[in-house]
Amino acid sequence: MEVKFNLNGKPVAAEIKADTLLYDLLREEGCYSVKCGCETTNCGLCTVMLDGKPSLSCSILAARVEGREVFTLEGLQKEAEEFGEFLAAEGAEQCGFCSPGFIMNVLAMARELDEPDMEEIKEYLSGNLCRCSGYMGQMRAVEKYIKTKREDR
Amino acid sequence: MQVVNQAIPKVDAKALVTGKPVYTDDLAPKDCLEVKILRSPHAHALIKSIDKTRALKVPGIECILTYEDCPDERFTMAGQTYPEPSPYDRLILDKRVRFVGDAVAIVAGKDKACVTQAMKMIKVEYEILEPVLDFRKAKDNDILVHPEENWKSLCPVGADNKRNLCACGKDEKGDIDEVLKNCDYVVEQTYHTKACQQAMMETFRTYTYMDVYGRLNVVSSTQVTFHVRRILANALCIPKSKVRVVKPRIGGGFGAKQTSVSEVYPALVTWKTGKPAKIIFTREESQIASSPRHEMEIKVRVGADKSGKIRGIDVYTLSNTGAFGEHGPTTVGLSGHKSIPLYGGLDAFRFSYDVVYTNVMSAGAYRGYGATQGIFAVESAVNELAEKIGVDPVVLREKNMVKEGEVMPAYYGETANSCALDRCMAKAKEMMHWDEKYPCKDMGNGKVRGVGVAMAMQGSGISAVDTGSVAMKVNDDGFYSLMIGASDMGTGCDTILAQMAAECMNCSVDDIVVSGVDTDISPYDTGSYASSTTYVTGMAVIKTCESLKKKIIFKAAKYLDCTEEELEFDGKKVYSLKDQREITLRDIGNRVMCNNEDSLSASEAHSSPVSPPPFMVGMAEVEVDTETGKATLIDYVAVVDCGTPINPNLARVQVEGGIAQGIGMALYEDVVYSSSGKNYSNSFMQYKIPTRLDVGKIRVEFESSYEPTGPFGAKSIGEIVINTPSPAIASAISHAVGAKIRELPITPEKIYYGMKKQ
Repeated sequence: MEVKFNLNGKPVAAEIKADTLLYDLLREEGCYSVKCGCETTNCGLCTVMLDGKPSLSCSILAARVEGREVFTLEGLQKEAEEFGEFLAAEGAEQCGFCSPGFIMNVLAMARELDEPDMEEIKEYLSGNLCRCSGYMGQMRAVEKYIKTKREDR
Repeated sequence: MQVVNQAIPKVDAKALVTGKPVYTDDLAPKDCLEVKILRSPHAHALIKSIDKTRALKVPGIECILTYEDCPDERFTMAGQTYPEPSPYDRLILDKRVRFVGDAVAIVAGKDKACVTQAMKMIKVEYEILEPVLDFRKAKDNDILVHPEENWKSLCPVGADNKRNLCACGKDEKGDIDEVLKNCDYVVEQTYHTKACQQAMMETFRTYTYMDVYGRLNVVSSTQVTFHVRRILANALCIPKSKVRVVKPRIGGGFGAKQTSVSEVYPALVTWKTGKPAKIIFTREESQIASSPRHEMEIKVRVGADKSGKIRGIDVYTLSNTGAFGEHGPTTVGLSGHKSIPLYGGLDAFRFSYDVVYTNVMSAGAYRGYGATQGIFAVESAVNELAEKIGVDPVVLREKNMVKEGEVMPAYYGETANSCALDRCMAKAKEMMHWDEKYPCKDMGNGKVRGVGVAMAMQGSGISAVDTGSVAMKVNDDGFYSLMIGASDMGTGCDTILAQMAAECMNCSVDDIVVSGVDTDISPYDTGSYASSTTYVTGMAVIKTCESLKKKIIFKAAKYLDCTEEELEFDGKKVYSLKDQREITLRDIGNRVMCNNEDSLSASEAHSSPVSPPPFMVGMAEVEVDTETGKATLIDYVAVVDCGTPINPNLARVQVEGGIAQGIGMALYEDVVYSSSGKNYSNSFMQYKIPTRLDVGKIRVEFESSYEPTGPFGAKSIGEIVINTPSPAIASAISHAVGAKIRELPITPEKIYYGMKKQ
């Protein structure tokens, strides 16, 4: 079957099978930033923005994005780089494999929550696993990023 | 220092944070055959027959390979220097399957769907055998995991396949029985650590293709690029010259990828079919057929006299290597050699061990490499000793810890030339407010907070074995290329090695281009394991830079028509100390590209006769719910002596990441088997690694010594950091509610029943 949707601001039409997952479709479409770490919705690596909401692409059928809008990190390069600089300044990106999914969720949080405190931030990002960093460096980066965003406003 | 000891971002940071396609699966050719493994449902069985007729008829299937298609020469998948201490006990596919999940057949086809369909249609008839599942009963059991005649052990490690022994041995000094008999206080306990998964976010994966010269090209997520070349040549029985291995960015390793877990399968497919092939392990496969930490049961006897002087330590380790012996003979050594030497001035010690084969998944290398298990046991025993004597465990350690300048008989007789363990303890005590918090505080709401302490050490590379070499050259306009054979697995060795080179050449990191590992191009390096890269490869960088500087000055002398002795190089230019003559590096770089007979490149190797230990102290504050037994980590303080931190940010994140993994090991992570050997911990649903809500606060400080044999005074950092959480958390819980948990992970159930038992 064919699915038509908007990917990173551009219309896309793709031939899919009934059981194709959004994760697989996005990688076929060249969005290699989208990673898979667990297949059981535990790790958050496959997070993409579906109609503006962070969603786990490994557990969404590709057919369900018909007529909807999907953003991956490929479509949010400027924001990714902006937050990424904070992450890299802490050395907390490490292997980088969980970075795209994590950054996706950080960007979603920055849009969704107004002046979140550390507990809210931890709660919001708790579905994003990272095995390298121990999370502390990520949290330092998020804290500084949120603070800068607030000051810029 | 201008560049070293500076917290500069990683050289590959921008690509990683913007999600660029830099990992194995991102780079694999689109027409790759998909490779999947049909796995055994039995813990121990002989394959009687495999019928693949129907499966081969599935459209898109390229080949189905079984043991009949594989060479009958045994090899090891352990990424170690040849001759490997790990026994040669593997075939790519074997007629005998040895654990639930062992490889039975390799299926390759045009896509995942057809391969999955074909796998269901392969008919395998098994002769089911009784497995050895209890590692305490494995030694000299009638059932043998490796009865085969062509099993072989290359090194004298005490291995004997006819006894289910992967290794055994003993190291001792003095008469330990006599010393302990005369001690006023003796603790004798048994501790049990379980298999743990490294659970790096990127599972095992490899793609392979044939190149224009008819050579097998392998792109793989590995820590041991050069070893993989040898392992594949051994496995396929082909010349090493026929194999090239390249490491792209890799999504974490932590030792898991020091075993060649995934490479042989697509390699065999490509070698047989000539077509490109790739394998991507699912998380399930990464959980059930990989290379986790060795389960160990450790008996400790530790004795002290009336004054609290520790006089002797006796350690016996029983290690479970599972179905194959990867890293079995070596991990066990660290359980004694890197726990006992934490205490100086012992009258006697003994360390003995057995490593046994069983019918569960093969163990491998995991950060800490046996030291983690041994330190849990010895540090827990010392904490129990403190309680028995009635002394603060910090005070007991201050009295007995190894000091700088002391010889460590249980650490191969090496001297602790750099050791700030005393300063680490003082700093940790201050950060934790230990004196106010020890032993515990009742919070008045059914919850009690306790504090616990542990010390740790590790090594820096394998002495007289690990070899690192690098090559560096001057290019036009005077920028440098640095070619390294070490495998950056996300920890940032590409960056810190560039920092060292920049420090030596008096330039900026931006002036240096780092090229990662390609066995055809990179100078040889044993690989990124055993905490070796900073210490061993770092020294190779320093040596190479010295050679290159000499060559730059030699060439400048020719251009300036003067002697080398009168010239200095300041990083930008070579100038005369006598007169005004000078030439820029930029000009030299450009001029050597025309009419030149002097190569401006250098390559040096380094190996170290010693392996200087980094040291650290960890302190945990844990809150225990007395109603449920649930333990929550509140605060973790880690103070580390890794010598000079080359990049303080990256070193800090190493510590934080290692502590978090250690917290997972202490409280949550467990590989659980059914009574028939099926692995229940086969996903992140069952196998819980810590989230950011589970690790509390992790606070890190450095108390640096200066290691005279290391680059800029540096020692290692990567592994030691996982060693303190288990014993420190166990002790904190004991201080809070009295429950003594000697088996990991420390679950609420164990704490609850531990409280009830009192």
